[in-house]
Amino acid sequence: MRNTVKVALQGLDLEVFAGEVFGFLGPNGAGKTTTMNVLLGFVPPTSGKASLFEIDVRQPIARQRIGYLPELTYYYKFLTAEELLRFYARIFGLSRGEADRRIAELLKLVELEHAAKRPIKGYSKGMQQRCGLAQALINNPDLLILDEPTSGLDPLGRMKVREIIQRLKNEGKTVFFSSHEMGEVETICDRVAIVHQGELKAVGKVADISAGHENLEKAFLKIVGFETTPQP
Amino acid sequence: MNTTFALAGVVIKELYRRKDFYVLFVLSALLTLVSGAASFFHDRNIIGYIKDICLLLIWISALIIAVVTTARQIPAEREARTIFPLLAKPVSRWQLIVGKFLGCWLATGLALLVFYVFFAVLVGTRDGHWPLGIYLEAAWMQWLMLAIVIAMVLLGSIHFAAPSSTTTICVSVVVGILILGGHLRQLALLQPEPVQTLLSAVYFLMPHLEWYDLRDFVVYESGIVGGGPLLLASLYAAVWVAIFLILAWLGFRRKSLNT
Repeated sequence: MRNTVKVALQGLDLEVFAGEVFGFLGPNGAGKTTTMNVLLGFVPPTSGKASLFEIDVRQPIARQRIGYLPELTYYYKFLTAEELLRFYARIFGLSRGEADRRIAELLKLVELEHAAKRPIKGYSKGMQQRCGLAQALINNPDLLILDEPTSGLDPLGRMKVREIIQRLKNEGKTVFFSSHEMGEVETICDRVAIVHQGELKAVGKVADISAGHENLEKAFLKIVGFETTPQP
Repeated sequence: MNTTFALAGVVIKELYRRKDFYVLFVLSALLTLVSGAASFFHDRNIIGYIKDICLLLIWISALIIAVVTTARQIPAEREARTIFPLLAKPVSRWQLIVGKFLGCWLATGLALLVFYVFFAVLVGTRDGHWPLGIYLEAAWMQWLMLAIVIAMVLLGSIHFAAPSSTTTICVSVVVGILILGGHLRQLALLQPEPVQTLLSAVYFLMPHLEWYDLRDFVVYESGIVGGGPLLLASLYAAVWVAIFLILAWLGFRRKSLNT
């Protein structure tokens, strides 16, 4: 049997500007998660380099000013939300008083005050995702990396997460997020990039990419080479 | 250091929120108390026998707690995928390894403290003797031995995916060293070449965990060991811990972690 090497990403050159909400789109297997894995230092690039705030991502300090929310919630289920946030606050070197204030603020923001002292293992999926958002914000990051933040949530959960992203955008935070929800991307994002088969196919303002198409979804499908047949 | 202690804190919380430790403690206590019933005859030899059983149970229980707790740390982080939000923070892989080591070692130390307090109370109330000095030395030496074991298991857990494989291999190695370690040199001298050289090399290259076993000192109350040997044993343990942790880090630092 022959070993085949699949190139996950090739020639990807992206810049995300401060204060913008940047959507990172692509079909399954396009290379979105690999890009995030490289950005977060989970996977070293075979060539080239990735930087966050001009610091090489291989340096842990590059992650001091970012917050990350994975697609699915992965937290210590034997901890309560408050304990989890306190643990991450310690990692960021927050003082006790500062951590107390920040934890209270975030639990209020994600509407988990009532469940703060309950173990995470008893949370619903939506609650776990909101707890995830709170941990991503514990250090008041300048850049948020969100991997399909509304994936698997019910409409109410999706709306709550969208509202939080909108609030962060209003506060001037930079948000880089991947999503399959085109409507959501169209509503929230300033700019988007579309990757397909490991290559960057388009990057620009939502309005520019959608120009000449019915909506962003139609533009996306055309860019990735899937032509829709017009409805009679 | 703050990050390392934060990581260690989570390991300790996990241990006391799981049932492993309580089950082992209750089991050890029950077995010792049942054997302790024999001391109604106030026979000094029977008390020595009880001490021996109790210490053996402490050694087995502490070893199981240390190995099982440590073996699952990194694989569980990867399997439950808690490693991703963690490493997305300013946490280096070296800090993760050291934090896990410290957490497991402190957690095992807490368990050991409970076991030795139980042992001292049990023996003291039956025998009327409270040789706390030798108890402290025995507990310290056992804790040092467990530090080497924990670092070794962490190294194993980087290379073997399943915690059960790491546990089985490490327990076999540790038990092998504890039983054969002291006799390996004499055994080597009785062998023809090249087996003699090979066994001698193993003897000089392996961590001598059996040196940390002070059970006979406790059972026969042969007096305290003293600061010098304890200091040397501490340094020896520190060197082995450093070797295992550095090897674990070297194996872990370039590992790709795909979400």
